[in-house]
Amino acid sequence: MPGHPTPSQTVGPFFSLGVSWIDADELVDPGRSGAVVLLGRVLDGSGAPVPDALVEIFQASPTGRFDPNAEERWSGFGRCLSDDDGTYRFVTVKPGALGAHSAPHIDVSVFARGLLQRVVTRCYFPDEPDANRADAVLRAIDDPAVRGSLVAVPDGEGLRFDIRLQGAGETAFFAW
Amino acid sequence: MIAATTALDPPYDWPAYRSSALRCPHRPLLTLPAGPTELHGPVFGHHRIDPADADLTAQHAGEALGERIIVTGRLLDADGRPIAGQLVEIWQANAAGRYAHGNDQHPAPLDPNFTGAGRCLTGGDGTYRFVTIKPGAYPWRNHPNAWRPAHIHFSVFGRTFTERLVTQMYFPGDPLLDLDPIYQSVSDAARPRLVSAFDLGTTTPEWALGYTFDVVVGGHLATPVVG
Repeated sequence: MPGHPTPSQTVGPFFSLGVSWIDADELVDPGRSGAVVLLGRVLDGSGAPVPDALVEIFQASPTGRFDPNAEERWSGFGRCLSDDDGTYRFVTVKPGALGAHSAPHIDVSVFARGLLQRVVTRCYFPDEPDANRADAVLRAIDDPAVRGSLVAVPDGEGLRFDIRLQGAGETAFFAW
Repeated sequence: MIAATTALDPPYDWPAYRSSALRCPHRPLLTLPAGPTELHGPVFGHHRIDPADADLTAQHAGEALGERIIVTGRLLDADGRPIAGQLVEIWQANAAGRYAHGNDQHPAPLDPNFTGAGRCLTGGDGTYRFVTIKPGAYPWRNHPNAWRPAHIHFSVFGRTFTERLVTQMYFPGDPLLDLDPIYQSVSDAARPRLVSAFDLGTTTPEWALGYTFDVVVGGHLATPVVG
């Protein structure tokens, strides 16, 4: 039915059956130069971990490209199922710049039981303060706490980007 | 800077669906002007997808139990253009209403010959096609005597990040649809788009009933035009 998009429905509790066939939590070889661990926890409105979240990321290559030939076997796509602690973990690389007013960023989707449609957020890099200050999306957010929810923080192992679905410290989520 | 979601997709906050209570965002969504990251999307051609992955009845030594069905349709964008070569993933309960998943505690039998997961890439005209078993309804604990209508979970990728969609396909004439808070979370106008159509043309004589279900992506999380 052209012009009549299909509505979203929740991914439900049993999606691992259908989506775990792709081994896509490592976008690049962990031994590669520039490889960075991006991890975090998905938390609900009570601060409890969400152990059944599907986290997907999509990003440009280090040279700012998206085509599959930009890098060897580059897809820009990552998929990870959160564990009992609500933790997801990717190995990726910092994407290249995409323009003067766009800091390096990774788009993040979260699907879960209880979410009738996905939530979409963006992960920015803490070691890009100048680019982040110039980023059009971040600049448009007045509340520094909300803006801060979009920037990963250095963690022992790499970068931490927690996703709080609701309540105190709620992550900024987007539509377009 | 603040956007509401359109009537196309269900709201995050939907009290009738109990699991949404602690997981729905409370702050209004912010507007993300679609840039290069949003206007591209992953391509799955390099993943190894076996044509047999689209036949859920033939993934084990024996025949899966239940009513064999064919589910086919096209993956289209909002302008009706076919999306070729993209990934469609499905998962579902077996004929008895039981998922082959460790967390499913419904006391209905598992079928050793049915896992309930499949995938394929769309053809040049956007067509996908699965052979599977009609899933059974099953109880859940959302409210007293709650039962999910028979459904197949669909995960599809459009051409762009903005076209990513996870949904569920239902079956025509299911009396549980009127009682299901997940199905009912969608507006009256859009609800029928979640229901497949029985199709005699797709039905293979002496073998399997056919159902058609087009998946149209686009317009998700879209900022409504303010008039």
